[in-house]
Order: sequence, then C-alpha cells, then structure tokens
Amino acid sequence: MDLKSAIRKCVLVFLAVACTTSMMIAVSFSHIGGWPVKVAAILAVAVVNAFLVAGYLMHLLSEKKLIYTVLIFTVFFFAGLLGLTLWAMQDFPVGTTH
Amino acid sequence: MEIPYTIQARPDTGLYNAKLGIWLFLASEVMLFGGLFSAYVLLRVGAPEGFWPHGWLSVTLGTVNTLILALSAITTLLAWVACKVGDFKKFKLFHACTLLLALSFLSVKSYEYHDKWIHYEIHLKDGRIADGHLVRQDDQQVVIEGRIVTDERDLYDLRTQKNIPHDEITLSRDNIVKMENYGPRHNTFTAIYFTMTGLHALHILGGSVVIGFLWGPGSRMWKTNREQFTNRIEVSGLFWHFVDLVWIFLFPVLYLT
Repeated sequence: MDLKSAIRKCVLVFLAVACTTSMMIAVSFSHIGGWPVKVAAILAVAVVNAFLVAGYLMHLLSEKKLIYTVLIFTVFFFAGLLGLTLWAMQDFPVGTTH
Repeated sequence: MEIPYTIQARPDTGLYNAKLGIWLFLASEVMLFGGLFSAYVLLRVGAPEGFWPHGWLSVTLGTVNTLILALSAITTLLAWVACKVGDFKKFKLFHACTLLLALSFLSVKSYEYHDKWIHYEIHLKDGRIADGHLVRQDDQQVVIEGRIVTDERDLYDLRTQKNIPHDEITLSRDNIVKMENYGPRHNTFTAIYFTMTGLHALHILGGSVVIGFLWGPGSRMWKTNREQFTNRIEVSGLFWHFVDLVWIFLFPVLYLT
C-alpha cells in the first residue's frame, strides 16, 4: 500500500459518493412515481452510497471472517428490530384507534 | 501481566483486541440508531394524511454536510495509510483536515438548529396562523419575517409551494393565543429530527475529541510504539466511518423523503 494509490482510490470513492448523493436529490425532486416508489428509490441509492463507504473506506470487502460473523448477527437483529416495529403497527389492541 | 493481542493480531481470528472491540461496539451502535429509525418509520407512517412535513429542512445545507462528512471519512482513511507507510507529517496533515471538517459539519448543523429555534408558528385569536422567523419582540408586540395562513396544512408541505411570500409582520401580543418555535417539542417530526441529528452530532463531537487527542497529546505514542498508535488510528477511523454511514441514511430520510 502506498499513499498515492490510496489517494487515487479515495478520490474515486468521493466522486462516487457525490454522484450517488446527487442521484438521491434528483429522485427526490423528480415527479416520477408515487411517494412509496420515490422513498424506495432514494433508499436504494443510499444503500449503494453506504456500500461505498463500508466496502472501501472501512475495508469490509476484505475483512476477517469473525467481523463478517458479527455483522451477520447485527443485520439479523437490526432486521428484527425494524420488522417487529412494522408488525406491531398492524397489531393494535382491541378498542384502540390508529 | 501483559494483555495479549493488543498490538499483534490473534492467529486464529486475525484480529487484535481493539479491532474486534470496535466492531462489537459498532454493532451495538447499529441497534441504537436502528431503534430511532424504527421510531421514525412508526411516526412517519402513522401521521395523518397531509400532516407530515416536507421541505422543512434545507437540502442544500444537508448536501453540504454530506460532502463534508464524506471528505472527512477520506482524510481519516488517508491519515491511517500515512501511519502505515511511516509518514507522520502526512498523518498530522490529514487528521488536521478531519478535525476542521468535523468542526465545519457541526457549524452547519448549529446554523440549522438556530434557524429552527428562531422560526415560530403563532396561532392568532381569529384562527389564522402566522409563521416565520422572529425579528424582534417586546411586551406589546412580536415582529416576524414570514407569512400568515388560514389552513394549518399549508405549513406542512413546503415543497409543492413555489415562491412563498415573506413579509415583515407585526403582531400584537393581545391577538396571540399560542406561540411556539420549531424546537423538539413543536411536533413529532421536529422531535425525531432533533433526537436523531442531535445524537449523531454528539457522536461527531465524541469522535472529534478522540481524533483530536490522537492528533495532539496522544501522538507521542508514535515515538514509543508506532504499531499500537497505528492501530488506534484505524480503530478511531472505523468509528468515524460509521458516523458517516449513519449520516448517509439520516440525510435522505430526514431531508429528502
């Protein structure tokens, strides 16, 4: 690893992050699709943006197996957290209103 | 007694203690912010039709902060690479940039908070609502730079309203029923906005203190134990990248959707 090649890689990552950010803004102000479609599209671009940071800057693309194991557990519990919240929204106690 | 694997990686995992420790800590942080994102989803989906704010936050300022944080993540990585290749001067330079960028991020955030703090929604006796930024006030009157609306829903979706007129409006205190700024208690949106961005800003502040220490007095370790110092830079860098990751989701969720 040398500093010059690291700088070159970082410039590319920064440009990619700037592009994905611009894409999110463009989608947000566009008139295509309804609100759910827009939100899904924006979050999909945000995931790409997050992949760039996690994959290249945090070196997750070439990390040790134990780190991946920790992250798999994290993803499982995070999905559970979001999933249970959404599930609870459809599960009102009898006699209450939304 | 010497604690093993503080510098060298454990042969079976390939990790030194602090690296495994920071990843476990970041996993707990994912759950912390995950809980808040869940709360946001719950509030957003549960809001009555037409009563969830759109366009209340400046996309320009949010974009500037996104780029500032992305740039700081890059200077953090380069500071670590500089340590790896033994270039201490470059390390100092890159981490000084990180600190300046962190300060810039917090400055922009403070400006945004201040803007919300001086922005008032004023309910009048005749049912109309005055909305705008406070210019001055005394015992008799309140002066704002803004507009008056008759329907509260006009205050929620600012994206669809073009060229909203803003005039200096003088209101007598006798005509005011309720006056409240756009602070955390204004509504559920401002509550979750201040909670999430406030917690994130605290992380930025905490990370800046650690990076500042490693840049300043903590950098003496470079002379005594170069490898452990480089590990510290890597671990603090991982935390900083995580803070950037959180913002990558906060920005679209709060500013764009």
